[in-house]
Amino acid sequence: QKNKEENESKEEENCPQQSRASRRKNHRMKRNDGKKGGGERDKKASSKDEKESENKEKKTNMKGKEEENKQKKGRKNSASSNSSNSSDEESLSEEELAMLMEEVEQKKKLISTMRNKPWRMMKKLSVLREAQAFVEKFEGALGKGKGKKLYAYKMMMAKKWVKFKRDFDNFKTQCIPWEMKIKEVESHFGSSVASYFIFLRWMYGVNLVLFGLIFGLVIIPEVLMGMPYGSMPRKTVPRAEQATAMDFSVLWDFEGYIKYSALFYGYYNNQRTIGWLKYRLPMAYFMVGISVFGYSLMVVIRSMARNANESTADGDDDNFVFSWKMFTSWDYLIGNPETADNKFASITTSFKESIVDEQESNKDENIHLRRFLRVLANVLIICCLCGSGYLIYFVVKRSQTFSKMQNAGWYERNEVEIVMSLLGMFCPPLFETIATLENYHPRIGLKWQLGRIFALFLGNLYTFLLALMDDVNEKLAEEDVVKNITRWTLFGHYNSSMENSTATPAPLDPADVPRGPCWETTVGIEIVRLTVSDILVTFVTILVGDFIRACFVRFMNYCWCWDLEAGFPSYAEFDISGNVLGLVFNQGMIWMGSFYAPGLVGINVLRLLTSMYFQCWAVMSSNVPHARVFKASKSNNFYMGLLLLILFLSLLPVAYTIMSLPPSFDCGPFSGKKRMYDVIQETIELDFPLFVAKIFGYVANPGLIIPAILLMVLAIYYLNAVSEAYQRANAELKKKMQLQREEEKNKRNNKASTNSMMQDLEDLLAPSTKSESSPKQAEDKKKDSPNQASPVGKQEKAEVLNSSPIAAGRRAAFIPPPHVLVTRPLTPGTWAPYPQPRQPWPGGRPMGPFPGRGRGQPRYIHPV
Amino acid sequence: MQLKMRRGELDSAFERKLHGRYHEMAPNVVPMDYTKDPDVKLPMQLIINMPELKENPFKERIVESFSEDGEGSLSFNDFVDMFSVLSEMAPRELKAIYAFKIYDFNTDNFICKADLEKTLNKLTREELTAEEITLVCEKVIEEADMDGDGKLGFADFENMISKAPDFLSTFHIRI
Repeated sequence: QKNKEENESKEEENCPQQSRASRRKNHRMKRNDGKKGGGERDKKASSKDEKESENKEKKTNMKGKEEENKQKKGRKNSASSNSSNSSDEESLSEEELAMLMEEVEQKKKLISTMRNKPWRMMKKLSVLREAQAFVEKFEGALGKGKGKKLYAYKMMMAKKWVKFKRDFDNFKTQCIPWEMKIKEVESHFGSSVASYFIFLRWMYGVNLVLFGLIFGLVIIPEVLMGMPYGSMPRKTVPRAEQATAMDFSVLWDFEGYIKYSALFYGYYNNQRTIGWLKYRLPMAYFMVGISVFGYSLMVVIRSMARNANESTADGDDDNFVFSWKMFTSWDYLIGNPETADNKFASITTSFKESIVDEQESNKDENIHLRRFLRVLANVLIICCLCGSGYLIYFVVKRSQTFSKMQNAGWYERNEVEIVMSLLGMFCPPLFETIATLENYHPRIGLKWQLGRIFALFLGNLYTFLLALMDDVNEKLAEEDVVKNITRWTLFGHYNSSMENSTATPAPLDPADVPRGPCWETTVGIEIVRLTVSDILVTFVTILVGDFIRACFVRFMNYCWCWDLEAGFPSYAEFDISGNVLGLVFNQGMIWMGSFYAPGLVGINVLRLLTSMYFQCWAVMSSNVPHARVFKASKSNNFYMGLLLLILFLSLLPVAYTIMSLPPSFDCGPFSGKKRMYDVIQETIELDFPLFVAKIFGYVANPGLIIPAILLMVLAIYYLNAVSEAYQRANAELKKKMQLQREEEKNKRNNKASTNSMMQDLEDLLAPSTKSESSPKQAEDKKKDSPNQASPVGKQEKAEVLNSSPIAAGRRAAFIPPPHVLVTRPLTPGTWAPYPQPRQPWPGGRPMGPFPGRGRGQPRYIHPV
Repeated sequence: MQLKMRRGELDSAFERKLHGRYHEMAPNVVPMDYTKDPDVKLPMQLIINMPELKENPFKERIVESFSEDGEGSLSFNDFVDMFSVLSEMAPRELKAIYAFKIYDFNTDNFICKADLEKTLNKLTREELTAEEITLVCEKVIEEADMDGDGKLGFADFENMISKAPDFLSTFHIRI
């Protein structure tokens, strides 16, 4: 059989083109018969031949050099289209060698880009085989091909690297906490709701750092190395309270044992150094208190800056919003029904978001009316805010007179709280109603709503602080009295013990020593109480307002007179503004209270953690998406701005108390000092060399500080001006890009594109258009389609037209194309078939639209 | 080994894996030994039930685009073709060509409004209103149609998709 084939191949070598031509003719004939089976059979035969030749190839490979001649023949067989090139390789001249090398390079390139060709696998395989055979053969002749192993190794490593990177990325996203949860919420409720959860997560991260700072540097050292519980008055429950100190109702109010624990300021001792580490606890307490604020400020500002960067970085690709959503949003990797459901939801949501944006930008109404309505709305809301501000002021004034009365009733005592919560309950919906007048984009509307409720809640904060300051002043007055009593008690105790016995007096039990009121702990307890009640209110609201309501609507709907789901109560929407503000104000409380109640941050961390799970669950189980799902702004800098404001506001009272109120005389790490910040001076004087104290003195000089502040202000002014200039330049560039794009559009309109990719596409697509059976149509279409401008296409078309001047209608396609075979360039080397994606044979196109013929064409390009 | 011999040029491990999957779908039709290059085709129903494709809203279109007869039945060659185009290694241009084919529902070599509507309905499970669908389709044409013929030719499509940041990462099936 082998011999026979060789003979055949020799024959073919003699006249490869002719034999090929005859073969092709055969095909044509068969095809013109219209029999699909013929084509099929032929294909089988040819593939069989392929196989055999390949097998042989392999054998010869193994046999080595002796059989090189045979091998060559075999190869020639398979690489017949350009076999004449290799016919007399024994006598290669320099030129030919160069040419050969070039061709080898070409083939190599082809092999490497084989994947990129949009051919059918059959065609790919045959072309690839030819090219590889060619390269393998001549590379040896040219003394190349040694780098093959290295290349394979490199490829393998590249693949491994890609895989590793992918796994690492997956790992990284898995490491982001709650990413999946948030993504799920986002896919159903839109990015605006998700932005709240992202904010919550960010908050949790910040609080975790604060928690680590406070626990690691203050609470744990005190618990481990400080004096134990019960060793001194400030660490002991007073005798009077001991009976009830463990009662739950007492503990619930943060009295009893909790009050005298490391959670609060009063517990800490003023010993300068503690433990064998000589840990300077008062100093650490002070520095941690400051660095909590420092770190928070830094983190907030840094993330604001980063958000601003991000929002400007990718602002220019809104040219294809809808197209990209349409064509690239489905992730083909999804193979899990649940993920697919989420993806469908998220795609729908994102389309809705973009539609809302689009509708808003297209809205054209009476601009004067809208302006008037907006001004009106703002006036109304300012009236509301002023009214509620005055109401709060009035109520607080009244409560101060009530507090002096002895027989005030329940209402009188709680009037402030009642008024505040009523305002908090009714004002936000009122604002929302007024805001519908303004007709803003929901995203901008949310910002206004946030700002207005924030202003309202500031009243809350104000009353709280006022009450607290009153409390503190009262305690300070009380303290002076107690100080004397304590001294006298101790004095009396020692005196009496001296009189009774000559032995050294037994020290007074710490529980019996009279205490000062310790205003710092009082403040801490107030804030912790407020925080805890806030947590409870939030959770109960969610449980009742969302979950119970959802259950009621869902299950009572079966037996109710009207449609509950569509009608009045319906399901709750997720209240973004309320939740964000709740979070922001809560954080303000934490910042304010963390100095006087170091344990507060721990409570807050727990709160945020449970809140994350609880709210995610509540949202998914009992809320419905907003009627108009809107996209969150790219940077959630508005939330951050609110946070920064509240941070500043909460910094003020803490700084005031630290700088201007004297610390309690018998509790806390700063007891016995005139002011809390004295601890720094003390440390500098006692622990640092003299010159440091001197430098510190100079630096603290107002003459230095004021110029420094001035300098900073100037720097801010300068940087602001620069950034504005950049922004303007950015806008200008954007405009230019837009113009360019339009120009490009126009240009493309005018000239037909010459894209070789188009032809490949056409090759692929042509047979599948067989449904439209009229060749006339196909012809027309071809004339229209822009790819005809390409040289190959033109040539071919010209040929077709030349050959059949009456090329209209059916006949054009029926004419057998032998002339095309003639026009095929016979001299090898003058045409390079491979880098050119399309062979200048009469491709499937003129024949394309025949019904029932199948798409056989690419199969036959490999004659055997 | 046989497979490797047949086309050791392509990524043979990948191919063997694919052959395994292909064989697994219809063990009594697809032979284990592919040296004889048997003429076996699997119908679309079998292929779109692969877990990799099952959830894909465009699964029928994918299979149709890769099948040689346009009817949806795939020979092993087509099958390999499909997964190599959808693999990570395939270049953007190639992916763009097949993406175009997939989204061209009526195979008229243009993505017209009807195609867009179909795509959108499949993507959103028909949850958008008719108004919204019209709006979106109009916007897509407006954005991507460079030659102003009211439909997207391949040049328009490629121009648009070549700028898309996550086309490569989403148009990709791992097998």
